[in-house]
Amino acid sequence: MNDSHSIKPHLTRDHLLGLLHGMIRVRRFEEKCAELYQQEKIRGFMHLYIGEEAIAVGAMQALAPADAVVATYREHGHALARGVAMDGVMAEMYGKAEGCSHGRGGSMHLFDATTRFYGGNAIVGGGLPLAVGLALAEKMQQRDGIAACFFGEGAVAEGEFHESLNLAELWRLPVLFVCENNLYAMGTRLERSESQPDIHIKAQSYNVPAEVVDGMDVVAVEAAARRVCAAIRAGGGPALLECRTYRFRAHSMFDPQLYRDRAEIEDWKHSDPIDRLASWMRETGVLHDTDITAIEAQVDAEITQAVGFAESGRWEPVAELARDVYAGEVAT
Amino acid sequence: MTDNVREITYRDAVREAIREALLADPRVFLMGEDVGRYGGCYAVTKGLLDEFSPDRIRDTPLSESAFVGAGIGAALGGMRPIVEIMTVNFSLLALDQIVNNAATIRHMSGGQFEVPVVIRMATGAGRQLAAQHSHSLEGWYAHIPGLKVVTPATLEDARFMLATALADPNPVLIFEHVMLYNRSGVLSADAGPVDIRSAIVRRPGKHVTLVTYGGTLFKTLNAAETLAKGGVEAEVVDLRVLRPLDAETVLSSVRKTRRAVIVDEGWRSGSLSAEISARIMEEAFWDLDAPVGRVCSAEVPIPYPHHLEEAALPQPAAIVAAAKATLGV
Repeated sequence: MNDSHSIKPHLTRDHLLGLLHGMIRVRRFEEKCAELYQQEKIRGFMHLYIGEEAIAVGAMQALAPADAVVATYREHGHALARGVAMDGVMAEMYGKAEGCSHGRGGSMHLFDATTRFYGGNAIVGGGLPLAVGLALAEKMQQRDGIAACFFGEGAVAEGEFHESLNLAELWRLPVLFVCENNLYAMGTRLERSESQPDIHIKAQSYNVPAEVVDGMDVVAVEAAARRVCAAIRAGGGPALLECRTYRFRAHSMFDPQLYRDRAEIEDWKHSDPIDRLASWMRETGVLHDTDITAIEAQVDAEITQAVGFAESGRWEPVAELARDVYAGEVAT
Repeated sequence: MTDNVREITYRDAVREAIREALLADPRVFLMGEDVGRYGGCYAVTKGLLDEFSPDRIRDTPLSESAFVGAGIGAALGGMRPIVEIMTVNFSLLALDQIVNNAATIRHMSGGQFEVPVVIRMATGAGRQLAAQHSHSLEGWYAHIPGLKVVTPATLEDARFMLATALADPNPVLIFEHVMLYNRSGVLSADAGPVDIRSAIVRRPGKHVTLVTYGGTLFKTLNAAETLAKGGVEAEVVDLRVLRPLDAETVLSSVRKTRRAVIVDEGWRSGSLSAEISARIMEEAFWDLDAPVGRVCSAEVPIPYPHHLEEAALPQPAAIVAAAKATLGV
């Protein structure tokens, strides 16, 4: 396993297999979730990350256990890549009491104290100020953790993006802002909502160092994340990565995708981050068919186990409805 | 003045509370617009920057959502932030953070995370600051499960509610009425910790219960004095905490006096006063000898001219009239 503080990824066969495993794991998990959604095991809004896995898997390589992570409502991949147990994530998808948020959050609100995973935030842009505050807490307590904040390009239109970048830079806080630019804020294409569609330029206007990364290339994401995290940890203040990516599936399970062409989706699928890494590994001779078979079998077993865990989970008794509204008290 | 009492203003009482909290706990820090060099828009935090570092007395940009959200994030990260928002009207720019994050994170995370943030802000009218600096929106916040909402009216509460709020693992909003800052009085030297869960009877009486909080407490006590001259003994209940509401103190008073008038600087429609009236109706209907009365602000944005502003706000004469109406006198 790579050291999270290392500036460069060590592209050993094991590490590359780990990245591939991480992405396939997220992909298969979500494919299973889509199936379970059809069976009405999972309800509510569910937003799939399929196509974007390289970002969460790549960026998490640069994070240490002491770091804090803030994500959006499209966060299954981030939770899994961060190390939130798949059992708990799946049980949360079901709304079971064994879920990682005790069933109270569902797909959009995965939380996990053990891995410092602060959600699962479903107000676009709302997680950025939290990350700034988490980073402030790190700095004020002389701890060396950073706060990593994932958000989509739609969040860039929110005031909280601008306020947060400004504040983070003004106070030189250790925040890694990761913009997952998948081109569409639900159905609105970037050019239709931003006068300046180059997001990294906006960050630079707040003096926040920013760079553009190919978000379909997990190694590129990891390398960039390691580079900027090293600068952040060295006291350089916040940084932003704009990861250019694409979501292969609909915005949510209710989206008929009238706003984009089938051809565009198919075209982007040629850049599938899993296929890309696998092909490259094959070309360089570090991936064999048996590796893929082994990964798929391992992932399949983990998912089967997680579904079983969720299925056998319990529904929280209605008598407990008012718990966790206030600490140790029932609301009146 | 004897040794065990001292003259102090509400403003100084709040400042002492902040100072004490900063001295007591290294996790406590203050942030907000102009809290440092300027000394606070109501001069509450004057001098604190000289005594503490800019690290702990943080001037922020005019970014309510970011710095309130950062307060929530810092609380999640182990700090005990005191966030100051200049006025409740400005807090609307941070409504997302307060309502969608501070109030929900404990619940959404299944109890894994708590948000021990304290958010202070000025509220209310009386300084001719017109319709974007004068409203009383604390009742809105009292609508939200997950928040605690407190309204210190007395010097003792101004001085001691903060420590209790900081010790509370829940997000606590403190509303300081702008007309109270200059109010001075004596504070007993042995005054100490106060709770943030109970209402209190500020003046005992037997004929009618006057329920109020914050900036209208003293107007209500004033009205009670007037009523007393006419032989009407009003009991004045200071709610102190708008959420969770201590309905029992209100109800036990109403069961005794059999009459109630609610005095609230918020507007009448869809308001906290409506909530209290409803609770009395639900729980004490058969104890009532008269319909519950209300004295609230006129349903207008608060106007600038002094005479119109005064006309818009609850005043002692209207409180007296409403109390008498419940008695049919």
